[in-house]
Amino acid sequence: MIEIEHLSKWYGDFRVLADCTTAVAKGEVVVVCGPSGSGKSTLIKCVNGLEPFDEGRVTVDGIAVGDRRTDLPRLRARIGMVFQNFELYPHMSVTENICLAQIKVLKRGRSEAVARARALLQRVGLADHAGKFPGNLSGGQQQRVAIARALAMDPIAMLFDEPTSALDPEMINEVLDVMVGLAEDGMTMIVVTHEMGFARKVAGRVVFMDEGRIVEDAPTNEFFAAPRSDRARLFLSKILQH
Amino acid sequence: MGGFDFAYLAAALPLLWEGMQVTLLLTLFGIIGGLTLGAVLAVLRLSRTRPVALAAAAYVTFFRSIPILLGLFWFYFLVPIWLGRPIDGFYAALAGFVLFEAAYFCEIIRAGIQSVRHGQVLAGLASGLTYRQTMRSVVLPQALRNMLPVLLTQSINLFKGTSLVYIVGVRDFLTAADVIGARDNRIVEMYALVAIVYFLICFAASLLARRLQRRYAI
Amino acid sequence: MRYNWNWAILVTEPYLVWMLSGLMWTIAVSLVGWVIALVLGSIVGIARTVKQPLVRWIAAAYVEIFRNVPLLVQIFLWYFVLPELLPPAAGTWLKRDLPNAEFWTAAVSLGTYTACRVAEQLRAGIQAIAGGQASAGLASGLTTVQVYRYILLPVAFRIIVPALTSEFLNIFKNSSLALTIGLLEVTSRSRQISEYTYQPIEIFTEATMLYCLIALLVATGMRIIEKRSALPGMIAVEAR
Repeated sequence: MIEIEHLSKWYGDFRVLADCTTAVAKGEVVVVCGPSGSGKSTLIKCVNGLEPFDEGRVTVDGIAVGDRRTDLPRLRARIGMVFQNFELYPHMSVTENICLAQIKVLKRGRSEAVARARALLQRVGLADHAGKFPGNLSGGQQQRVAIARALAMDPIAMLFDEPTSALDPEMINEVLDVMVGLAEDGMTMIVVTHEMGFARKVAGRVVFMDEGRIVEDAPTNEFFAAPRSDRARLFLSKILQH
Repeated sequence: MGGFDFAYLAAALPLLWEGMQVTLLLTLFGIIGGLTLGAVLAVLRLSRTRPVALAAAAYVTFFRSIPILLGLFWFYFLVPIWLGRPIDGFYAALAGFVLFEAAYFCEIIRAGIQSVRHGQVLAGLASGLTYRQTMRSVVLPQALRNMLPVLLTQSINLFKGTSLVYIVGVRDFLTAADVIGARDNRIVEMYALVAIVYFLICFAASLLARRLQRRYAI
Repeated sequence: MRYNWNWAILVTEPYLVWMLSGLMWTIAVSLVGWVIALVLGSIVGIARTVKQPLVRWIAAAYVEIFRNVPLLVQIFLWYFVLPELLPPAAGTWLKRDLPNAEFWTAAVSLGTYTACRVAEQLRAGIQAIAGGQASAGLASGLTTVQVYRYILLPVAFRIIVPALTSEFLNIFKNSSLALTIGLLEVTSRSRQISEYTYQPIEIFTEATMLYCLIALLVATGMRIIEKRSALPGMIAVEAR
């Protein structure tokens, strides 16, 4: 479904991504982890073209992301993205947040969009908050709305950029539970995260990045049981302390 | 100070009101013209084509470096030469105000747009909205709410700034008061009146701007 | 467009000396006004942040009064109205005996007007850092005066340098209004020379260039100050 081949990107002289190659099959859940500055967020943003890249290829469902002829907005409509800072639109209610792209991009009618929004809010456990504004919601609630907003577009794949990093500890689980539910329903997911518990539970593969390179790319069990590289081992030992 | 003679004031009122109308007209059209030109400039300033953005930035920097009074003189003395015939001071002054205010409004609009978090743009794009749709539905509504109080403050500044037309002989509120005061040797009362009227109007308007800031800024 | 161009007029005597003298008056009145603005503005700005409500209220009243009346009207009030309101002896001295009355009146009105803007910037700067920093200082046993002197003010002044830059430039621009009370600064001289020589384009271009030069010098100078005084990780604060 998603193919990344020899991806490289520079900011001036600084090499952010160095020859990254990996693939995500349909229904697969891949966790991308690594120290800060390793390029994980940049990598995931290259998948839906939010970040341009300098060398290599990215293909989603057969469509080349880097090709100038590709209709990027149309492709992005088929990929859902969830951000670290939630990025709900503060001037719109929860329902309006979920309906905006449905109406403007998928050209759905208002009542259809609202019905879909209601169903998704039910799914993430926030049916009672339909009329509220993001400013009235907790972080965990906002992130769940953000997931509903992305799901409203009926995406073929979902990208998560550190979805729980900005949350207070007690709210992390409510978001992870939703994500686990998505994975069990067969959604193709790439998740940049530090939450190793989540990785062990639902991820089929773990990709470890360091300094712009993919250092390890192994099935979850293998990665946790016997990491092959020193850097991965060091990272795991630090992360799994608490 | 001699006591305020209210009968005298009442007699002077029609002339003062005429002057105030000129002041208000200058302010109103200055705002409309300045906002329009300023919005265009802001779009140019944010353009990804470097020469365009630099040209707009040069305009803004230039008009913020020189005194408005000098600008008014340029228009007042030079437009008649350029056109070959005299023009009404009102229009010369208005043209000057529009060009200067555009520079200030441009910066306010630009700051407003840039105050919206970049993540909002990414979220809009990621859901499949085009850049234009994202600007219209996500960025501009937020930017406008942030800008509104500052735009109002700048408009109040223009209202005060129109008093400069006294120097080029346009019959605004200050000029009217000055003429009456000089004619009747009541200059002290007239200037005091002008100060009080400006104070009341601007103070009330600035309170409104502050309330808008509290309620609507994101 | 019928116009006799004569760029040589710019270097013809006595016009060259007139313009330079105008430049000198512009710089002088702006600098004196700026000193007044800084001193007075700092006092008022600090007064707006102290605990005593009466002090805060008086300072707020100052700011509102000087902010909401146009500068031109303020200049007229200082020059024409103040001498009438004072006791006769003082009023006469102001009107007749004070040397360079236009200069001092202009400097004082520019200074008091700009002071209210400086006060607002300083208030915003202090309030941006007040909470935590003041608590930390007080908790260690410092008095309020010491907290202001050693903690709040040194940082507040640094973070408002960019805002003060534009206020400093504004004083130079606003000095042009002093032509109404007879101060022969740059704009005033430009009008005078252009009326003598009928070469307004050349003269006003020269005046425009002079102001641009001043703007450039102010921006550069303040940027040097900003660099020298910058603290690592500091953000700039600007009041609306």
